[in-house]
Amino acid sequence: MASHSESIIREPLITGENITYAQITNDVLRPVENKPTKAWWIGFTIASLGALLWVVAVSYTFWFGIGAWGLNKTVGWAWDITGFVWWVGIGHAGTLISAVLLLFRQNWRNSINRSAEAMTIFAVICAATYIVAHMGRPWMAVYSLPLPNQYGSLWVNFNSPLIWDVFAISTYFSVSLVFWYTGLLPDIATIRDRATGTMQKIYSVLSFGWTGSVKTWQRFETVSLILAGISTPLVLSVHTIVSMDFATSLEPGWHTTIFPPYFVAGAIFSGFAMVQTLLLVARKVLGLENYITMFHIESMNKIIILTGSIVGVAYLTEFFIAWYSGVEYEQYAFINRATGPYWWAYWSMMSCNVISPQLFWVKKWRTSIPFSWVLSIVVNIGMWFERFVIIVTSLHRDYIPSSWAMFYPTWVEVSIFIGSIGVFFTLFLLFIRVLPSVAMAEVKLLLKGSSEQAKKKVLAGGHVEPEQAQFYKESLEKFDSVEMADYAKI
Amino acid sequence: MSSTKFILGLFDDPDYMMDGIHKLQQNSVPIYDVYSPMPIHGIEAKLGIKDSRLGYAAFMFGCTGGTVAFSMLYYMLVYDWPNNIGGKPHFAIPDFVPITFEWTVLFTAFGMVATFFYATHLFPGRTPRVMDLRATDDRFIIAIDAKGNTPHEDITKILKEAGAVEIKHNDRKYVSYE
Repeated sequence: MASHSESIIREPLITGENITYAQITNDVLRPVENKPTKAWWIGFTIASLGALLWVVAVSYTFWFGIGAWGLNKTVGWAWDITGFVWWVGIGHAGTLISAVLLLFRQNWRNSINRSAEAMTIFAVICAATYIVAHMGRPWMAVYSLPLPNQYGSLWVNFNSPLIWDVFAISTYFSVSLVFWYTGLLPDIATIRDRATGTMQKIYSVLSFGWTGSVKTWQRFETVSLILAGISTPLVLSVHTIVSMDFATSLEPGWHTTIFPPYFVAGAIFSGFAMVQTLLLVARKVLGLENYITMFHIESMNKIIILTGSIVGVAYLTEFFIAWYSGVEYEQYAFINRATGPYWWAYWSMMSCNVISPQLFWVKKWRTSIPFSWVLSIVVNIGMWFERFVIIVTSLHRDYIPSSWAMFYPTWVEVSIFIGSIGVFFTLFLLFIRVLPSVAMAEVKLLLKGSSEQAKKKVLAGGHVEPEQAQFYKESLEKFDSVEMADYAKI
Repeated sequence: MSSTKFILGLFDDPDYMMDGIHKLQQNSVPIYDVYSPMPIHGIEAKLGIKDSRLGYAAFMFGCTGGTVAFSMLYYMLVYDWPNNIGGKPHFAIPDFVPITFEWTVLFTAFGMVATFFYATHLFPGRTPRVMDLRATDDRFIIAIDAKGNTPHEDITKILKEAGAVEIKHNDRKYVSYE
């Protein structure tokens, strides 16, 4: 049934009074059906200027070649791969939220999955641009595909993790896109049926003729569940394979078996931080406080503590194993990370990724919106440094001291990185303007059982254990969107 | 003979709508279809709709993807042009695992979603066959083919008793063609 009574001690997933199905539609579609606000225009202008910088810097790279970057013979991978891994990592939260949390029946995912999936797709687009850009001759990208050619055919080397990565990233991108778009169909149909004129025509094409009949919904749910089932190992495989780009080499600091789980945890960590960065602003600007509640924010912060702690343990394990292995190159790589010329990058990484998420153990900070927002940015800075440390400090001093060198970026690669953030935000801002940023159909499912008003009715009904009622009321205190005065008399 | 083609019972609550289905079934009124803005759990059993077989399709697509990928790798690396890479075996199965896995997932996802779209007649630009525009917003709609033998007033009465907020006697099947 659509409405079974949920246990009272669970926090509500939708707050606010007199929320109806129509109200959900109105609230979610407000930014889509109305002219953009001033805040949106300001954000969009800044983001598009960033995107423009990206176009300039990438064009410059293609015109003059990779020599425009600060790479040298020793450090042949730096900001490009750092940026790539950073973006792929950020692109993990969306599928994690939509797939893994679906399998675990975590209903709080329903109001954040749409925007997180969109974020995934845009982050993977940014990552993909790095792959193409770092080739220097982007038209050569086609040689990564196993296509018949005039040389034999000489096939690609499928033993190489870089080729696995081509398959992993392209599969991840396209499957995420399909998952996202299939989930969007019912909501696009909602926009279509409320719109008139050109807008109706456009959304009619985009809605694929969705009707919401029983059979359609039944198949839709089957498809969602199976896509979640196959996306779960997929999302884990993607960053595993990215980590193998490093781990299967013989470079000190890279050649470790801990890399796959360590990278996956780091990816989820940074992905959730980015979701937090975006949603804390979006819920305010789009007025979605009743759907993306303090419970959602706190739950994501808990995942940030968990994954941040896994990353912290991984850092310490790497250090321990470097010592325990007795390999002097490995030992030097780690001593050099912490005390060498790049010590500042290492300690930025350590403080941002290991120390800062531990602050979330304090409930007051975990449920503070400004604090969560700042910390989510700190985490993403830390995760960028993590990739920089792994890549640059391992490469700049490896086996032959005569080849040791430092790496200094040029304005071109700095601009590509800043520009890619611009590209990301441009795409995200366009998304919240033209598509519903919350999965309306899925949020409507929660209205009768898990909303604050439904629980209030149960409380008012009086058949609740007093301790449980007390526990529930106390859990509501952290919400910024709940009117506590109403509960005094119940 | 009335010109009514379809009778729609519009509900604002899925539970009342389920009650409506129950009452209609008790009175042997055949239900044409039900439209809702969100999936209603348990409705398939109530309406006697068979389980979706998309899972089997997905499994077959997955098997196809895995087989295609593994065969492709075998053909290219072992049969067509075996490369001597440090004397290591050409048929290095562990190296085949990642891409075989990726293509299993890729084929499953695309094959299943394509089957879903094909079976449900969803494609870009298809004219939406919508009976009431609020079915995708906040109305749960039971559609009854008016050609049946039950008098229309009786159907109206049953729907009203179940708690329908509005009952429509439509002369056209779909409103969205206008």
